[in-house]
Amino acid sequence: MDNGMEEAGNIMPAAVLESKAAYDIIRGRFGDAVSEFDANPTMPFFEVADASKWVDIALFMRDDARLKFNYMACLSGVDYMEQEQLGIVCNLESIGHYPHRIAVKVKCRREGGSIPSVACVWHTANWHEREAYDMYGMTFEGHPDLRRILCPEDWTGFPLRKDYQVQETYHGIKVPY
Amino acid sequence: MQELGKAELNSTRIIRQDDNRVVIEKDLDTEYMVLSMGPQHPSTHGVLRLECITDGEVVVEAEPYLGYLHRCFEKYCEKVDYPGIVPYTDRMDYLAGMNTEMAYCMAVEKMLDIEIPRRVEFIRVIVSELNRIASHLVAIGTYGIDLGAFTPFLFCFRDREHILNLLEWISGARMLYNYIWIGGLSYDVPADFKKRLSEFVTYFKPKTVELQKLLTENEIFVKRTKGIGIMPADVAINYGWSGPMLRGSGVDWDLRRNDPYSVYPELDFKVALPDPKFCDIGDCLARHVVRAIEMEESLKIIEQCLDMMPGVDGFNSRVAIPKKVRPKAGEVYSRAENPRGEVGFYIVSDGKSTKPLRCKARSSCFVNLSAMKDLSRGQLIPDLVAIIGSIDIVLGEVDR
Repeated sequence: MDNGMEEAGNIMPAAVLESKAAYDIIRGRFGDAVSEFDANPTMPFFEVADASKWVDIALFMRDDARLKFNYMACLSGVDYMEQEQLGIVCNLESIGHYPHRIAVKVKCRREGGSIPSVACVWHTANWHEREAYDMYGMTFEGHPDLRRILCPEDWTGFPLRKDYQVQETYHGIKVPY
Repeated sequence: MQELGKAELNSTRIIRQDDNRVVIEKDLDTEYMVLSMGPQHPSTHGVLRLECITDGEVVVEAEPYLGYLHRCFEKYCEKVDYPGIVPYTDRMDYLAGMNTEMAYCMAVEKMLDIEIPRRVEFIRVIVSELNRIASHLVAIGTYGIDLGAFTPFLFCFRDREHILNLLEWISGARMLYNYIWIGGLSYDVPADFKKRLSEFVTYFKPKTVELQKLLTENEIFVKRTKGIGIMPADVAINYGWSGPMLRGSGVDWDLRRNDPYSVYPELDFKVALPDPKFCDIGDCLARHVVRAIEMEESLKIIEQCLDMMPGVDGFNSRVAIPKKVRPKAGEVYSRAENPRGEVGFYIVSDGKSTKPLRCKARSSCFVNLSAMKDLSRGQLIPDLVAIIGSIDIVLGEVDR
């Protein structure tokens, strides 16, 4: 077991090792609510297997003295069409405390799925979740103000879904040209 | 008397007369007025609409509405192959096209895992620092206009024109360059570029000092910006602020140093932080001062790059450009320090296609602007203009 870890350590770049150390702390606290760690060199991430724990995990990541992920760099919505799922990818890091950074994925059903909102944990998530909702149509439970942000309020459909069909007319204006 | 006291609380005015009588004026409550600022308003720097709920001259709350310039960047990315996305990135932050191109190309290069020639790296740093100066000049110049100072604007745009001429000379375009390509550059710099660039650096150095005198030491300007729109450091981090905005709040954070890329680790520059002697940490003036210092630092970086850049003999800037860009399956989040903060690209590749499965652009202004609602609370309407100006938004990037 130890040898295995060491071997893996030899291959992993330093940045990934830091993310792994942070992941181990989260895993230690939440166990099976988080998935295995994906140690790819371009964006190491883990997945939240039990989406209902996402806010707890987020709060723990932000406030735990060993983690201090106080900065959310980005939150992107993604359409996993083959698995019939939608998801978000959050890139987190710690400003002024630790050099580690990690990405977290949360997924939900494709039709009518919802993900707990972390807008109360990181303010950045507020507008980014609105954007993800606008583009993909998953709802964020507990979001303070979940409206469309880039598209008009009365737009139909969610443009970044892979099977999106643009509407024929919008207020009498022909849309596809 | 008790009744009078109660009346005073209920938005009534009591005027005592000489002959021991009182005149009571009732229902003096002011009604909130909803004031729509923009989308066509010079101080919103583009098509941003602020719905301000105002109580007289005071803004109770200002809610930004965006999307007027939404051009489906992310949807286009799924239809166009990787090199084809580069021109679209220009059109996001059109005042700092080079920086955004560089951020995007670095993200794809990370996925491809290719080595970039050193000369290319230096040219990239030079052009993006030039673009940073140009962008800050617009930010500072238009900020002056917002607050009623017209002369700095003319000075800034005169000097910006020199930079745009240089960039036009090397890329063929003034603002939408398509110069930095995945793995290299579209062209090497022209033969005399080094000479003309160092001429520009010598010319521009005293101009930065002049600009400081004109604006940062200007009593009226300081009165309009000092202590306005203060953002504490921890709130700024929680809002995800980056770039000059975050540094204006006193956070020592610069991606060029904290998440180094390209040749920045070899260069000597200091991270611009506001000086508490001139401004309150986190106010509009602090953010302006950070931009002003950053221009000088950028000049320093350009000078060093000119010295360190390897020679030109038979150099082909397209040598490392892959014939076909098809990254292996995986995902990347890569970012760079733009004039307005962190610009990141989250790209997912399925390993088979030459088009990305997902390409998300993390826009710095979008995140910076999201604090507008909190910043505007309880400010005067003219101060609102000062705050929007200090955020330095480019709507092309906010709406993508």
